[in-house]
Amino acid sequence: MNRTVLDLWVGLFVIAGIAALLFLALKVGSMSAVNSSDSYEVVARFDNIGGLKPRAPVKSAGVVVGRVADIRFDNETYEAAVTLRLDKRYAFPKDTTAAIMTSGLLGEQYIGLEAGGDSVKLKDKDRILITQDAVVLENLIGQFLYGKAQEGAPQ
Amino acid sequence: MRNDVLVEIEDVAFGYGARPVLKGINLTARRGQVVAIMGSSGCGKTTLLRLIGGQIRPGQGTVRVAGESLGELDRAGLYRLRRKMGMLFQFGALFTDISVFDNVAFQLREHTDLPEDAIRDLVLMKLHAVGLRGAVHLMPSELSGGMARRVALARAIALDPMLVMYDEPFAGLDPISLGVTGNLIRRLTDTLGLTSLVVTHDVQESLKIVDYVYFVSEGVIVAEGTADEIRASGLPYVHQFVHGEADGPVPFHYPAPAYAADLGLGAAHA
Amino acid sequence: MLKQAIENLGNRTVQGVWRIGFAARFFLATLLHSGTAFRRFGLTIREMYFSGVLSLIIILVSGLFVGMVLGLQGYETLQTYGSEEALGILVALSLVRELGPVVAALLFASRAGSAITAEIGLMKATEQLSAMEMMAVDPIARVVAPRFWAGVVSMPFLAALFSAMGIFGGYLVGVQLIGVDEGSFWSQMQSAVDFEQDILNGVIKSVVFGVAITTIALFEGYDAPPTAEGVSGATTRTVVTSSLAVLALDFVLTAFMFRGIN
Repeated sequence: MNRTVLDLWVGLFVIAGIAALLFLALKVGSMSAVNSSDSYEVVARFDNIGGLKPRAPVKSAGVVVGRVADIRFDNETYEAAVTLRLDKRYAFPKDTTAAIMTSGLLGEQYIGLEAGGDSVKLKDKDRILITQDAVVLENLIGQFLYGKAQEGAPQ
Repeated sequence: MRNDVLVEIEDVAFGYGARPVLKGINLTARRGQVVAIMGSSGCGKTTLLRLIGGQIRPGQGTVRVAGESLGELDRAGLYRLRRKMGMLFQFGALFTDISVFDNVAFQLREHTDLPEDAIRDLVLMKLHAVGLRGAVHLMPSELSGGMARRVALARAIALDPMLVMYDEPFAGLDPISLGVTGNLIRRLTDTLGLTSLVVTHDVQESLKIVDYVYFVSEGVIVAEGTADEIRASGLPYVHQFVHGEADGPVPFHYPAPAYAADLGLGAAHA
Repeated sequence: MLKQAIENLGNRTVQGVWRIGFAARFFLATLLHSGTAFRRFGLTIREMYFSGVLSLIIILVSGLFVGMVLGLQGYETLQTYGSEEALGILVALSLVRELGPVVAALLFASRAGSAITAEIGLMKATEQLSAMEMMAVDPIARVVAPRFWAGVVSMPFLAALFSAMGIFGGYLVGVQLIGVDEGSFWSQMQSAVDFEQDILNGVIKSVVFGVAITTIALFEGYDAPPTAEGVSGATTRTVVTSSLAVLALDFVLTAFMFRGIN
């Protein structure tokens, strides 16, 4: 085979390969929400995180604004310390609420942020003070049954 | 006088695993000579060439080429020395994926920075020397066995080596190619000032062109001398070899129990 | 009889260990003598033609069919849960994470790996490698290393092309043929497939597979007995060993990569 024809084919092959990679990167997948240079981290503490996993989305008003970067157990307060990595473009008031929500009945768990009214914004390494734990189905059912039992008791 | 010696093998022994192939070989080749190493098939002739090329190292003894002991050379030194050697393999060993031209140009491209037109001239010269300038654009698969070997010879002499080794250059050739190859070896040796080491079992053809002959049998040299001395030799082994007799010191039969016993005759019928 | 069997077993074990040692040394030598493969990149490009370009057809066609089958089967299963829109996720994740790198590697092993082994084995059998050595050219640097790097570079491209083709096949069947909503097919896929976790890990997998397959193929060729049976046996061993290696490595890599995420 002629040398230049061969080079041409290999060139086409490489271009097609790179095009396939680009297709996968742009059309099929999305870049990891935010990388560390244009993001900031805040910590939220929960008594119970349910089935929350690292890399779960952080949403506000249904829009993804960041991802869960890290989940740790704090052995002094016996709480879960969840680090959220938020996009720098979005600033939240200091009294923002973080709640662990479930998409759909059995869907994945994510963190919902509800903005407060404070004029001071959250900064890097700040802590979100008001949090709402995950709803654990067993507890919910337990509470429901307990309530029913109490209702019935006086009669 | 000593300067005159190109290849010097002293008391070399070598074995594959536990099987000894060479046991104490002494051999000398002087510059400008065609030296033949003869012996029956499987007596370690090719092993001897591989030792001289440095592809394997002797278990004992020294191999010296151009005054340098191969056992003491490192890899780089060995490769430097090999540039001054050419080797013709039994079936040519041409690179089958490139053309005749590229085969002959291979070493020139690997080891020199010559411009492409200089390489072209050199390749045509080498091919002309073996009479195959017209085959320059053929692929190795289009060549006959004799032609492939001549192209391989052109490739072996591409860098003007001082030593060319031939591994069975006459095997499987028709009488015409046989003569052509024999003459070529002699002529190239004389015109290019080479030294040629020919490993062969073709006695008649090689005795026409060689200066000196070593006979190897069972790992040792059993006879040596000039072509005339060998022809006149009275040694039974050499006599059997030169005249191609079926039985002699080298028996026709592979060692076996007595024929009658093997066939179950004798005792059973007695 | 039993003694014979134990002796054989011992012999084969020793042989096996000996070969692994030789293979490791061979792999190191290939890496050490890779200079030529980069300095004279033309050599590597030539080998990329043989291992990469010539594998394209089988990779593209298989990718398309695998994707189409995924589309059909995935639809059947997802339909029972009423979540056909997730078809995009299913097709894309299974291709990008697993099927793309693994099936492309298996095809590469049987298409290019066997060719490499046969070629090197024949070069050895016809004394071409010895001849090269006698011409003061190191066959590891001149013959082995360019083939190694060509395989390592080609493999991720082939895997990416396989995945892309498969996703296209899934799209054809799912969206064009069955009628899953096009918008949710792509958008669900995009929200579920992560570049780093899924695509990049898939690329890393395919590079590892490329290293494993080409090393095995080159070693088997280099180590093949210089006879017809020797070369054919080595070619078979290349396909068997490298396919098993790909599957085993895939398990190890998957365990490493996807441990943290659901």
